[in-house]
Amino acid sequence: MSMTPLTATAGRLTSEGEPLNYLNNGHGLKSWLLTKDHKRIALLYLFSVSFFFIIGGIFALLIRINLLSPEGLFNPDTYNRIFTAHGIIMVFLFLVPAVPAVLGNFLLPIMIGAKDLAFPKINLLSWYCYVVAGIFLTVALIAGGIDTGWTFYTPYSTSYSNSNVLLAGVGIFIAGFSSILTGINFIVTVHTMRAPGMTWFRLPLFIWAHYATALVIMLGTPVLAITLSLMALERVAHVGIFDPAMGGDPVLFQHMFWFYSHPAVYIMVLPAMGVVSELIANLARKNIFGYKFVAMSSLAIAVFGFLVWGHHLFVSTQSIYLGIIFSFLSYAVAIPSAIKVFNWTATLFKGSISYDTPMIYGLGFIGLFLIGGMTGLFVAALGIDVHVTDTYFVIAHFHYVMVGGSLMGFLGGMHLWWGKITGRMYPEYWARAAMVIQFVGFNLTFFPQFILGYLGMPRRYAAYPPEFQVLHVLSTAGATILGLGMLITIIYFIWSLKNGERAPANPWGASGLEWRTSSPPPTENFLETPVVTWEAYEFAPIETMDVLGYPGDPGKPSQPVPAEHGTED
Amino acid sequence: MSEHIVPKKIYYRIFGALLVGTALTVIFAFINLGNFNIVAALLIAIAKALLVITFFMHVKYSSRLTKLWVAVGFIWLFIMLAITMTDYLSRAWLVYRP
Repeated sequence: MSMTPLTATAGRLTSEGEPLNYLNNGHGLKSWLLTKDHKRIALLYLFSVSFFFIIGGIFALLIRINLLSPEGLFNPDTYNRIFTAHGIIMVFLFLVPAVPAVLGNFLLPIMIGAKDLAFPKINLLSWYCYVVAGIFLTVALIAGGIDTGWTFYTPYSTSYSNSNVLLAGVGIFIAGFSSILTGINFIVTVHTMRAPGMTWFRLPLFIWAHYATALVIMLGTPVLAITLSLMALERVAHVGIFDPAMGGDPVLFQHMFWFYSHPAVYIMVLPAMGVVSELIANLARKNIFGYKFVAMSSLAIAVFGFLVWGHHLFVSTQSIYLGIIFSFLSYAVAIPSAIKVFNWTATLFKGSISYDTPMIYGLGFIGLFLIGGMTGLFVAALGIDVHVTDTYFVIAHFHYVMVGGSLMGFLGGMHLWWGKITGRMYPEYWARAAMVIQFVGFNLTFFPQFILGYLGMPRRYAAYPPEFQVLHVLSTAGATILGLGMLITIIYFIWSLKNGERAPANPWGASGLEWRTSSPPPTENFLETPVVTWEAYEFAPIETMDVLGYPGDPGKPSQPVPAEHGTED
Repeated sequence: MSEHIVPKKIYYRIFGALLVGTALTVIFAFINLGNFNIVAALLIAIAKALLVITFFMHVKYSSRLTKLWVAVGFIWLFIMLAITMTDYLSRAWLVYRP
């Protein structure tokens, strides 16, 4: 195997003599709000999704505080609005955009050796759509809230709810366009802007995962827009499409809503899986076991993910025969997910593993996603689902996938690429401590919910029988610990912006084009277009590593790895 | 990306064809064909949509990848409609025997 010379390290300087990068290339609010640089847009997204993550997190804590005592703290009507706010904000303003719009936006062009995304202005427009959506949803929350749950089931949302359903619907509609614009940008960029030599099977698995996600976004999100429009029409004009009295069917709403919202789960978790592939490969310094299988499993998840929506409708009037087919297909989608988990584990075997924070997040992801995925099979089984539908079992299941999966993946990725994004390293000790605190807090929050749900505690209830109190108190205690862990992460990330060690180009000795440009990268990513002559995840033999100076520390003269070290027997 | 210049007369012809399609829809609405009224209306609507997509939206002049993508969009719509309709078709099959 051979490593080519570095493509870009030493570049131009600012007037203060600092190396010119995307952060110091232009100052002032205007240079940010009108930027077309994918890296700056990624940072705009990072600030906005973090803001809404904190708001959504506060609502989560309010839910947990309410459930400390059996009779509840808030009145049921307020409680309805609190859990709806938590769901809507976390799903549409955090989980869907978090990994693709922040890490994907930042890394996708760099990883394929491009200067930017294919449509930089559309990329900026996508962020503005997100902001407008955020404003609509915030106004809806402040002006009295929404009480339908994030799922907007009819006929409650169309005929009975007197909360701000329309305002929230418009907000989510616009948020959908934000995703669609990101999706189309990713697809076109991957197809048309790969650097010379960057063939499809040399793409990092992060790119494969984001490509698959973009497919899901493009094929699914328009259906969400249609469904919400029909709901609005029904609510305003009573057209009758979801109203049995006029020949409609409320379950039709569930079909259409879940045709988007189930694949949306994969919009949330696939990019995180892409991150985990990078974490595992780079921190175990080994090519991902079965690279092509892992790449194709992303596409398989994207396709199969569209064929399982009816498992959300097992206890509705949906045909029992269709239920059997949906149950079978839901089991089928576990296969590509399992391929990923097995292959990550196999990658670790005889790898050169370092237990830095990104790797711990990666391992955390595998463990938590495993529990989330396996309990997914419980609820995909028709019989068990009748028992646990709308209970805390389901809540625990999807939080293991969404928080244990997507959030762990997002945070793992933020740690891996923090130095690349900001030019500063995070403090390793605190990061490990925060991860362990989050892991303990997470499991303490959600594991008791599996038991609660199995014992019959329904979701979305403001009060409960006293015998459930112990488990609810444990869960609230866990949420507090989880919140503390998050707080520590936020604090040291902010602290590191000024006080962190300066990040070298490749702090992990990692493979991938993003590590062959400076940290932070220049505006055009590479000073000259890289030519890729190596396979994905090709690592130089460890003895050639100059630990922090490998192989692109801007502080050192760039040197090609000598050819005799580049061959492996 | 290269822009394909389409002669104006093609646009006028397609516009004419769309108008004819609209007229046919109206005419068929006044003729009683039983269940086939809806079939006729849908066939005309599909033909009109295809004309718009092919010519007005320039898919005819686009790359094979774009054509594939357009087709996939419709296949996905078909998946949603077909599986949802399967629900309505098979709901009544369940016979309760108390």
